[in-house]
Amino acid sequence: MTSEKEIVIKTDKLTKKFGDFIAANEITFEVFKGEIFGFLGANGAGKTTAMKMLIGISKPSSGNATIAGFDVYKETEKIKKSIGYMSQKFSLYEDLTINENIQLFGGIYGLSDDEIEKRRNELINKLNLQSEADKLVASLPLGWKQKLAFSIAIFHTPKIVFLDEPTGGVDPITRRQFWDMIYEASHNGITVFVTTHYMDEAEYCDRVSIMVDGVIKALDSPAGLKKQFNANSMDEVFIMLARDAKRGE
Amino acid sequence: MRTLKFLLRKEFLQIFRDKLILRMIFALPVVQLILLPYAATYEMKNITLSVVDHDHSEYSRKLINNFTSSGYFRLVDYSKTYSDALGQVEKDKADLIVEIPEGFERDLIREDETKVLIAANAISGQTAGLAVAYANTIIRDYNNELRIQWIQQPRLNAIPVIDITSSNWFNPQMNYKMFIVPGVLALLVTLVGFLMSSLNIVKEKEIGTIEQLNVSPIKKYEFILSKLIPFWVLGLFVMTVGFFISFIVYGIYPAGSFWVGYLFAGIYLIALLGFGLLTSVYADTQQQAMFISYFFMLIFILLGGLFSPIENMPDWAQYLTYINPVSYFIEAMRMLVLKGSSFWDLRYHFLIVIVFAIVFNGLAIFKYKKTV
Amino acid sequence: MKQLITFIQKEFHHILRDTRSMLVLIGLPIVQLLIFGFAITTEVRNANIAILDNSKDEITQDIITKIESSQYFDIDRTISTNEQIEKSFKSGKIKLAIVFQPNFQYELSHSNKAQLQIIADATDPNQATTLTNYISSIVMDYQNELNQQNKLPYTIKTEMRMLYNPQLKGAYTSVPGVMGMILLLISAMMTSIAIVREKELGTMEILLVSPMKPWLVVISKVIPYFVISLINVVTILILSVFVLGLPIEGSLFLLIASTIIYIFCALSLGILISTVTETQQAAMLISLLGLMLPVVMLSGYAFPIANMPTILQILSNLVPAKWYIIIVKNVMIKGIGIEQIWKELLILSAMTGTFLIISIKRFKIRL
Repeated sequence: MTSEKEIVIKTDKLTKKFGDFIAANEITFEVFKGEIFGFLGANGAGKTTAMKMLIGISKPSSGNATIAGFDVYKETEKIKKSIGYMSQKFSLYEDLTINENIQLFGGIYGLSDDEIEKRRNELINKLNLQSEADKLVASLPLGWKQKLAFSIAIFHTPKIVFLDEPTGGVDPITRRQFWDMIYEASHNGITVFVTTHYMDEAEYCDRVSIMVDGVIKALDSPAGLKKQFNANSMDEVFIMLARDAKRGE
Repeated sequence: MRTLKFLLRKEFLQIFRDKLILRMIFALPVVQLILLPYAATYEMKNITLSVVDHDHSEYSRKLINNFTSSGYFRLVDYSKTYSDALGQVEKDKADLIVEIPEGFERDLIREDETKVLIAANAISGQTAGLAVAYANTIIRDYNNELRIQWIQQPRLNAIPVIDITSSNWFNPQMNYKMFIVPGVLALLVTLVGFLMSSLNIVKEKEIGTIEQLNVSPIKKYEFILSKLIPFWVLGLFVMTVGFFISFIVYGIYPAGSFWVGYLFAGIYLIALLGFGLLTSVYADTQQQAMFISYFFMLIFILLGGLFSPIENMPDWAQYLTYINPVSYFIEAMRMLVLKGSSFWDLRYHFLIVIVFAIVFNGLAIFKYKKTV
Repeated sequence: MKQLITFIQKEFHHILRDTRSMLVLIGLPIVQLLIFGFAITTEVRNANIAILDNSKDEITQDIITKIESSQYFDIDRTISTNEQIEKSFKSGKIKLAIVFQPNFQYELSHSNKAQLQIIADATDPNQATTLTNYISSIVMDYQNELNQQNKLPYTIKTEMRMLYNPQLKGAYTSVPGVMGMILLLISAMMTSIAIVREKELGTMEILLVSPMKPWLVVISKVIPYFVISLINVVTILILSVFVLGLPIEGSLFLLIASTIIYIFCALSLGILISTVTETQQAAMLISLLGLMLPVVMLSGYAFPIANMPTILQILSNLVPAKWYIIIVKNVMIKGIGIEQIWKELLILSAMTGTFLIISIKRFKIRL
């Protein structure tokens, strides 16, 4: 949080309205390079809406934001080149093989054939998928799909990777492995912006923000938040903030 | 452009991976093209006939005989009364009733004039009209036969006669298959292309994979092209198979140039697929896309002139056919296959489908938003 | 039972919320019927023809005037040579050409015989025959006028009667056809897609592990479409009677009852399709690409079945629409009672049963 850190996401009163409904209300925060930024909130708090504005597929109603230095209104296509994204819905092509998915997304982000081949080999070896590489993604267990989806989201080494509830429905061991991968990415200088439901995961983040009813209610490091709310765990912090929520599941 | 290469590879891989769909889009058109044109015939061979002969004379028997030996009619029964015969029509046993009155022969000879009653089941006006026309011809011919017997024909006509000769160009044997095969082929290519393209983008929407593409730096035109090209290739392939079958099964091949045919089909498919993609971009679910395509396909086909000539339609319906790409394709295919029309003959058809192609694809690119 | 109602409600919500689809489902039969009723006629009007008058005398002028005043033809006057005729045929500008021999009047009055040639574009043989017949009869009428004083001996006159449909309205064929086609396509397509959709999106599993019996799941998906089909039947009948002027000669109750049996048949075909396909696209290809043309061409509505080759006549028995169209024609137009249609009703019921049995077999294997 020192000033020499490079800011990669900066939002200023970013707002999204759907008719009378304010899904995200004047959101203001900054995310620094290499940071793991946890974006928390109950269902319907406006996390996904906010994230969609940041990744350039939803136009804000008002406010400003820059992602990797590009404006969310005018430079969405430049933003898209600098980010990776893994959606809540599993979004690899199930009817393509692992190799074919890797090649597709490598190609879309403009990597050269040699580069794709080199990184693909590394990736397959790292994930130990040598024997599955030519099988359809549909045949993989969910945990593997998620790990693969994450690897593909950072395949083109983006500046920032956005993860929308990446570990939903995965067993604890796989979640642990998944977070190891996130740490590794962050270590390599990729900023990680992650939404999650799991409060234990929030503890792994450098900083977390908690959204309630479209507004950011708190933003600090997990330790800082616990101190601020005089709580023992992130769980307690979250419950304290979210119990007054009007919207919900 | 490099991105396009990867996207195309993906689309082709996906098409070839779904074997059920792949088999269907080849097998269904092939089987239909082989079988269905045989069904499309107005040539009447088995008009069922119920005769009510009150005269039982030599002449009445001869007339009946002329009916049965014509090849058009099949005598199913002799009814005693007209109402018995009506019963046969009611039960769908007979299509046509011929009633010969008592004194048929006598009146003909003595009064120079006699009468025959023909009654047809006219629920289908078209077939009734044809059946009655055949019956009339037989009666007229029989009448002439009788006259020749009774009058010594002078060498020169006694009265002025306009001698009408008619010839049928482009299809002298009046082979209905020549007409229907190019039309059915055009229709099948259209159905395959449209059904595939109209569901494609919306399927990615529904499954959620489109989001992954939307957050990537893919250009809109690249995306649309990657969806267009595979179905374009597929459509032309189905057409090639269709031409092949037309030749093998029906001996029909274009009297005009193959290249003009492919050029036209190529441009037409771009237009059609553009419309399909537009549907896909517009719809929220595959189900919706299907209903929309069902709606348009059916109207396009009904007003496409496949079975019923466009010229016979009322003006408002004819105006509708101007904005119906399918009618241009069916017409162009027929002109090309039967008449051997050249590129120059088809220049307006070309111009119009080019406009369609630009408008539909332009709209599809414009309407496709990478945002939610 | 309460569960079933909740499920049916869910399906209705699902359908009703999607206004675009509703518009198509309810609006299409109306549009289609109106197109058939008004746009698609076999009656010739405004056919473009060319006349090559090599004689240009009084009689040819008279004949041309007769043709012109018939309202059936539009004469293209720009054509004056044989080459132009051929060109105009090729570019599709004209459907027929009439050529008068030189010295037409002279020949007619001196040798009692003059030649007139009709050239038709036989690309569409039906249209060619019809147009040729129209022109011939106009010319014959004119000739008869000329010869009025000389009455021909030994004339057999024919009296014609068009049963059931004296004005030869196209709607008498098209309405039963449209009903057969729309109900089959929409019902089969709608149900197959609705079921496959749940499979494709993975929600079917959720429904199947719920305490609902699998067949209740299927029934709850089918009922809304049954209701929509009934609405369609009612709109089609109202339009047919009040807009297209069709009679309902027989019992309305019998007509509706038979229609319900037919809808059941179509819905069970839809269920069958849904058991053999995994994706909505496949279901749609079968129900549209696979059914549309065969239903139109083999149901006896576009083409008379009796003229088809034997193999197609046999195949046509497999098309449910064929039997339904016979029923509708008999009950609606001929006014016949159940004694003439029980066989068709039995066949439709047997088809429904067969579709359902195969579906249940396949459904069980899968689970």
